[in-house]
Amino acid sequence: MRRFPLFASLVALLCAAFFLVPLAATVNFSLRMRRGEISLDAYASVFRDDTFLSVLGFSALASLAAIALGALLVVPTAYWVRLRLPGLRPLTEFLSLMPLIIPPVVLVFGYVRIYGTASVLPLTMSEAGTNLLLVIGYTVLSLPYMYRAVDNGMAAIDIATLTEAAESLGASRLRTIATVIFPNVRSAIMSGAFLTFSISLGEFVITSLLNRPAFGPYLVQMGQDYAYQPAALAIMAFAFTWACMALMDFFATRKPGQGLLPFLRRKSP
Amino acid sequence: MSFLHLDGITKTFGATTVVKGFDFSVGQGEFISFLGPSGCGKTTVLRMIAGFETPSSGQITIAGQDVTALPANRRRIGMVFQAYALFPNMTARENVAFGLRIAGLPRREREARVEEMLALIRLGHLAERYPYQMSGGQQQRVALARALAPRPQLLLLDEPLSALDAKIRVGLREDIRAIQRALGITTVFVTHDQEEALSISDRVVVMHEGRADQIGTPAEIYNRPQTRFVAGFVGHLNTFEASWAGEAGVAFAGHHLPGPPALRGLAPGTPVTVALRPEALALQRRAPDDMPISGRVLDVSFLGSVIRARVEVQGRTVSFDMFNQAGAAMPPVGAQTELWFSGSDLLVLPE
Ligand SMILES: Nc1ncnc2c1ncn2[C@@H]1O[C@H](COP(=O)(O)OP(=O)(O)O)[C@@H](O)[C@H]1O
Ligand SMILES: [Mg+2]
Repeated sequence: MRRFPLFASLVALLCAAFFLVPLAATVNFSLRMRRGEISLDAYASVFRDDTFLSVLGFSALASLAAIALGALLVVPTAYWVRLRLPGLRPLTEFLSLMPLIIPPVVLVFGYVRIYGTASVLPLTMSEAGTNLLLVIGYTVLSLPYMYRAVDNGMAAIDIATLTEAAESLGASRLRTIATVIFPNVRSAIMSGAFLTFSISLGEFVITSLLNRPAFGPYLVQMGQDYAYQPAALAIMAFAFTWACMALMDFFATRKPGQGLLPFLRRKSP
Repeated sequence: MSFLHLDGITKTFGATTVVKGFDFSVGQGEFISFLGPSGCGKTTVLRMIAGFETPSSGQITIAGQDVTALPANRRRIGMVFQAYALFPNMTARENVAFGLRIAGLPRREREARVEEMLALIRLGHLAERYPYQMSGGQQQRVALARALAPRPQLLLLDEPLSALDAKIRVGLREDIRAIQRALGITTVFVTHDQEEALSISDRVVVMHEGRADQIGTPAEIYNRPQTRFVAGFVGHLNTFEASWAGEAGVAFAGHHLPGPPALRGLAPGTPVTVALRPEALALQRRAPDDMPISGRVLDVSFLGSVIRARVEVQGRTVSFDMFNQAGAAMPPVGAQTELWFSGSDLLVLPE
C-alpha cells in the first residue's frame, strides 16, 4: 500500500485554511447583526440603502463600457498583429502586460496631470470627461486579461486561412472581422469580459482618486462606518466573482450553434 | 485564346526567390494540375492567382483583364484549402450562402442557389450541421460548394485531398472532376501526388524549384518526360548508363538505338543516361525487334493487381512490373532471367 502523503496533505490543508478560515469567519460575522441569533439583517440593511444600488449601477455601467472599449481595442489589434505583423507580437504582449507593472496610482496621477485643468484636453473638468477617464482606466487595468483571452481565442482558429476564405468569397476586411473573426472569438471575448467586469466592479484606487460614486470606494467607506454590512458586502462581491468565473467557463467551452442554454434546446431529429 | 495567363511571374520572399519566371496559359474550362514536391512553390503561385500574394514581377491576366493589382475580394475566384477553412460559427448551409450574401443576392435566389449547391455535393441532408459535426470529406465538399456558389470565374484548389484518407480521397477527386466538367469551370488544382494529378487533369504542370519544368497532358508527362526531374518525380524509373555513338545513335545493352535529335551535337562516346519504366519490361519477347537485358532476381513483392520484382542488372537494381494475370509467374528469387524491352520505350534522359 502507498503511504498516506501526510506532509503534502498538511500543506494543502494549511493553504486551504489560509483561504477558508477568513471566509468562514466573514460569513459567520455577516450573519451576527442581530444579537444572539443568526439572521440576514446585515444583507437586508445593505439592500435598503439607496446608495448601494446607485453605486452598484454606476460601477456595472462603467465596467460594461470598459468591456466594450477593451474588446473594440483588442480584437482588431490582436487580429491585425497575428495576420500581418507577427513580428510585432512580442511588443504587443509586452505592452499588454504594462498595467500589471505600473501601479494604478501612478496611472491615475498621470491621467490627472495630463487631462487636468491646464491641459489641452481638460477631461477632469467635466463629469462626462471624468467618467470617460474612469472607463479608460478600467480598460487599461483589464488589458492584460482581455488581450490574453482574445489572443488565445485567435490561436485556436486559423484566422489567416479563414480570412482568405472570406476574402475569396468577396468579403471586405471589415465584413470579415464582423462576420467571421468576431463570432469565432466571441467566447474568448466573453471570458475577457468577465475578468474585466470583476476587476472593474471593485476597483478602488482609480475610482476614488477620480472621485467617482462607484462600488469600490463605497465598500471602503462602509468598512469605516459600519461593522456588519461590509462583511455582507464582501461576501456578496465574492459570490459575484465566483458566478463570473462559472459563466466564463461556461462560455469558453460552449460550441457554436448551442444556444445560451444548450440543455433547454430541442433535440434535432 | 487563353483564359488565365501568367506572364513571367517571379516571387521573392526576402533573399530567396521562390517562383522563377513562371509563364503559363490555361484555356477556358480546362482542368490544370500543378504537380511538384513540397516546397517547390505551387501554393505560392496559386496564392498569387488568388490575390493573396503579389508577384515580385510579372503579370496575371484573367479573361483578358489584368488582375495583378486587383485585391483578392474582387477577383471572383473560388478557393478550396487543404484545411477546409469552413467558418466554424456557421452551418453548412450558412457557409455555402456566405458568398451569395456578400454579393447581395436576394433571399429567394440565394436559398435556391444554396439548395442547388448542396444537392450538387450530395449533402442536402447535412445542411444544418456545423463543421465540427462533419467528417473531413464532408467538410471539404461543403468547402467546394461554398467556393462554387457565387459562380466564380476560376476555381483554385490547394491540396484539397491531402488531409483525407485514401478511399475518400479517390472518391472526392472523381467528384471534383465530374462537377468541374458539368459546370465547365476553369480549374487549377495543386497536388504533390502524381497519381492524383495524372488521373484527373487535362494538363499537368510539373513544378521544380519554382519553375515549370514541363507542361503537358498526363500521357506526355508520363511517357515523354522532358527533364531528368520530371522523369524521376513522375512514376518509377530505372536508369542505365549508355553512350552516344554518333550517327548510329545510343549504344545500350549491345544495341544501337536511334536517339533524340537533341543529342546530335554530342561527340561520339559521350556518356548518356537512358531509362525504362518498370512496365516497359517483360519476361518474354513481345515483338520481333525487342531487346533483352539479363539479371538476377533479388526479391518479388505482391502489390495486388501488379507484381513487382527487383532484378540486379550489371550491379544496378531494376524494378520490373507485371500484371497479376492467370498463368503469370515470376521467376524465383535468385534465378537468372532475361528482361525484354522495346526500343521505342527507351527514354533518353537529358543531362
Ligand atoms: N510568406 C512566406 N515567407 C517566406 N517564405 C515563404 C512564404 N511562403 C512560402 N515560402 C517559402 O516558399 C517556398 C515554396 O512554398 P510553397 O509555395 O508553399 O510550396 P508548396 O506549396 O509547393 O509546398 C518554401 O520554401 C516556403 O518556405
Ligand atoms: Mg503547398
